[in-house]
Amino acid sequence: MSTQPLNRLQIAWRAAQDITDGMLVNLGLGMPLFVADYLRPEVDVFVQSENGVIGVGALAPPDRADTDLVDAGSRRITIRPGAAFVDSAWSFAMIRGGHIDVAILGAFEVAANGDLANWDMRLPNKGPLVGGGMDLAACARSVWIVMEHVTRQGAPRLLDACTLPLTAVRCVKRVYTDLAVIDIAPTGMVVREMLGDLSEADLRARTGAPLTFAPDCRPLKAPAIALPD
Amino acid sequence: MPIDKHVSNAAEALADVADGATVFISGFGGAGFPNFLIRALRDRGPKDLTLVVNSATHRYSYTHELIEAGLVRKVVCTAARGHSKEPSAFERLWMDGKIALECVPQGTFTERIRAGGAGIPAFYTPVGFGTELAAGKEVRRFQDRDYVLEHAMRGDLALVRADTADRYGNLSFRYAQMNFGPVMAAAASLTVAEVRAVLDEPMPHERVQLPGVYVDRVVTVTQ
Repeated sequence: MSTQPLNRLQIAWRAAQDITDGMLVNLGLGMPLFVADYLRPEVDVFVQSENGVIGVGALAPPDRADTDLVDAGSRRITIRPGAAFVDSAWSFAMIRGGHIDVAILGAFEVAANGDLANWDMRLPNKGPLVGGGMDLAACARSVWIVMEHVTRQGAPRLLDACTLPLTAVRCVKRVYTDLAVIDIAPTGMVVREMLGDLSEADLRARTGAPLTFAPDCRPLKAPAIALPD
Repeated sequence: MPIDKHVSNAAEALADVADGATVFISGFGGAGFPNFLIRALRDRGPKDLTLVVNSATHRYSYTHELIEAGLVRKVVCTAARGHSKEPSAFERLWMDGKIALECVPQGTFTERIRAGGAGIPAFYTPVGFGTELAAGKEVRRFQDRDYVLEHAMRGDLALVRADTADRYGNLSFRYAQMNFGPVMAAAASLTVAEVRAVLDEPMPHERVQLPGVYVDRVVTVTQ
């Protein structure tokens, strides 16, 4: 076990350990998709995709790739035993109706009150893309975020208030970063796990909102997982 | 007269589409794009169209051909971002102020169309509350949560892709082809479906995913 900051796959691994048997899970694009690769073997879950797939399986091998069988990221997939298809209206009724146990999403910023900004970085010359992100953030029973703790420039991304356009208000329950696992509680951000080498002051210096440390705060650990080249 | 919705080609199916039409286009992520019908609509060339389509820029959809041909006045969509660094055809026209954009969360997009075909003029949804996309919209609190009022959409034309049909217009879809097809078919005055095959016999009822009552014309396409 290293005490280096977790890489993206290790963050996904850590979030996957909290998925429990029987959950219906939706995985956002990017880092969240890797969560499916690290589910505990004894856990039987269905992954829902917003385009109407209930029971997303592994990516399709090239010889079985089918353009009619895709997930929310247009990736050609397989389906698991027991899978089903619904139309988009039913899929989003499922999402809004609170039938998704957990949505694991990426984020640009998360605020201490659970506000989430993950859809619009205000890129110049690019149109907006909201997709189903607002529906999932507002309506999944739990919203978990996987993200880097700070920007590439080192600025905090866990903040008192988001600076980028909001995706949904007061929706995030838990954040997994390369440095810590943090719950969003009514009182604000509560650190549940933190890298062993880090001090409370180190984590506070990298966070833009007040932190409380849980009395049983544990070291954040993940097995070695190499990033692909 | 016996019902037979099969028409001989896409051009015939779209012969009466008028300028200014609101056009629903189904499809998501490569599944269910009615690309033969989109191209036939481009060839017919009605002007000032409003497109209601999940993505304005998806690389597997021919939607961009309508936009590049200058036929489109406005796009209502959930995704308007091109895949490459260079702006897409849509993004260039949008930045130049030559095409209007309404960006809608996907569940709201779908439900507005569903409502349009289901006799519901408007509805409240929790999605979008507190965001830019709900700016200026009516908000109402039910119990302990805030909801945004969203209005139904109806269209003049829906273009849908399915796997098989019969002469009654009953449709069956492959895998994730269904997506927006059923709600778009129900909310449009004229629904045209392109399919891989039209069955000689009536479709077995347990395979019908969209009843033919929602489908006006069916075109067989070659792939």
